[in-house]
Amino acid sequence: MSLLQVRNLDVTFDINPRGAWPWTPPLKLQAVKDMSFDLEAGQTLGVVGESGSGKSTLARAIVGTVPSSGGEILWEGRDLRQMSPRDRRRHRRDVQMVFQDPLAALNPRMNVGQIIAEPLLTHYPDTTKAEARRRAGEMMERVGLLPNLLNRYPHEFSGGQCQRIGIARALVLEPRLLICDEPVSALDVSVQAQVVNLLKKLSREMGLSMIFIAHDLSVVKHVSDRTLVMYLGRKMEEGGAKEIVRAPRHPYTQALIASVPIPDPERERARVRPVIEGELPSPVNPPSGCVFRTRCPKARPDCAEGVPPMLEPDPGHRVACPYQEVISPLERTA
Amino acid sequence: MPLLSVENLGVEFQTPDGTVNAVNGLSFTVDQGETLAIVGESGSGKSQTAFATMGLLARNGRATGKVHFDGQELLALPERDLNRIRGDAVSMIFQDPMTSLNPYLKVGPQMIEVLQLHKGVGKRAARDEAVRMLDAVRIPDAKARLNQYPHEFSGGMRQRIMIAMSLLCRPKLLIADEPTTALDVTVQAQIMKLLAEIRQEFGTAMILITHDLGIVADSCDRTLVMYGGRVMEEGPTDALFAKPSHPYTVGLMKAVPRLDVDQDDLQTIPGEPPDMSRLPKGCPFSPRCAHVRDICRGTMPPLEPHGPLLRACHAPPAEVEKEITA
Repeated sequence: MSLLQVRNLDVTFDINPRGAWPWTPPLKLQAVKDMSFDLEAGQTLGVVGESGSGKSTLARAIVGTVPSSGGEILWEGRDLRQMSPRDRRRHRRDVQMVFQDPLAALNPRMNVGQIIAEPLLTHYPDTTKAEARRRAGEMMERVGLLPNLLNRYPHEFSGGQCQRIGIARALVLEPRLLICDEPVSALDVSVQAQVVNLLKKLSREMGLSMIFIAHDLSVVKHVSDRTLVMYLGRKMEEGGAKEIVRAPRHPYTQALIASVPIPDPERERARVRPVIEGELPSPVNPPSGCVFRTRCPKARPDCAEGVPPMLEPDPGHRVACPYQEVISPLERTA
Repeated sequence: MPLLSVENLGVEFQTPDGTVNAVNGLSFTVDQGETLAIVGESGSGKSQTAFATMGLLARNGRATGKVHFDGQELLALPERDLNRIRGDAVSMIFQDPMTSLNPYLKVGPQMIEVLQLHKGVGKRAARDEAVRMLDAVRIPDAKARLNQYPHEFSGGMRQRIMIAMSLLCRPKLLIADEPTTALDVTVQAQIMKLLAEIRQEFGTAMILITHDLGIVADSCDRTLVMYGGRVMEEGPTDALFAKPSHPYTVGLMKAVPRLDVDQDDLQTIPGEPPDMSRLPKGCPFSPRCAHVRDICRGTMPPLEPHGPLLRACHAPPAEVEKEITA
């Protein structure tokens, strides 16, 4: 059985437009719509999409901090919404998160030792202070920081180091799933590589599953086993991480890949890079039918009619486009 | 003669912790119509270089050296004369368009103001020109959008407005400081394409400040790599990417995950970017450098030619170059 199964998940927010009467019904913002995927133990799933595509909402729904409005999230086969309080406590222990802004995610008035030990003391109140401190020191070493820095405060650390502290705090409970929401996008290139390597190493060593959310397809490809491409809350394509970059099938994935500049002037000049026009439409009022059709270079009149079915052209490679075909924007040359 | 020539530029800030040298001994030139990339991580001094050039340093900052632009020495100019050049012959685009546009003013008046101030044209003519420029940056329905406030535009559209505004007076030089960092990749691709087209149309020279090597490869003639306020390596973009000879450039290129290549572990540069108030003696990169030798910790290597490149490194080029193929 898969560790995590998401089935037709919907997450909807109520929006009260400014200036509306109190009795006007709120607008519905569909942040996640009809999302399904499986995550096996020990695997890493990358989630890519532009800002507003619902990646972070998906993460929060899985952690349980945002209520779903439809569908199911099955953790080890048990539905999150029907869990007993005991199971829910276990789920909270087993699923941990790492956030984007490393400094903002740490309490400035706690020292690093307290920060890392806090989840431990919350979930295991019997833990002695000495034991908690010892574990915090171990975690520090594990993420590549000197344990003698336990008494320092977050502001005394650099961005990369703060992100390591955030990772240590998430891992001190020995979770089974780590959800990383844009963990490296606030970091410098040279430090980003360190944190990416650290996450890969830890997931290998601890048999950890990861959901790795990022807008940078190159990083996602590098970290993940499988990749899920989201657009306006919907799944556009899902498949092997390398596969999806080498042979993307959905026009949106192809556009994303074409948009990423490659740090090699010769290749870059030889490459044909069709640029897609426009920006993400409003999620309050999404286009009918296929949500990508307003920016899609291959859109046809019938794309406006029905939601495109999820096709599976290769085992494990799913595409939500009836006109899908392999086009590799990486290799297309003039 | 180059359009802009910067000689031995230094930028220092007086802070409670003492003097911080953000930029040291920086020299470069930009020719008419040329695009120069300044690449570096946070704290490398790339943005301060631009601010110093434009006379926009914070109050506790001071620039030394020479900045020659189109026959004038900018650093010596009083504020009043600078204001005549800024926004006219030299203009700048910033990373976050929302904070650079005035939220209280509609887009139209903000654009018209620029033309009235610099070109002394009438309101109606200025308005027509603003519409033309918004058209040029592909903002649909430009005439109506002049009457909207900045918050009514999306991030990509705001950056287009910034670009349109910076081009109103047909500048000879455009300085773009991380113009696409806050944008999504698909929108970034649109903006970079737009900048390339506009450069061609107007023959504008550009300094592109960025941390993204991909964008540099895509759009710049020459590249200058900065670290700790100094130039590490400089040269034609093609040559620099094909055969970088400075350990920092090599490290940067190997640390970036690539879409077109499958890598196992990313090669990392150990350590963290330097604390500018506590720069090491000698080469600022020496504490993180794999090719470090004793002399690096004492003296900053001079910038010396190596083929088409200029590099500041004590290690022999051959020793560093073989790493990129390995």
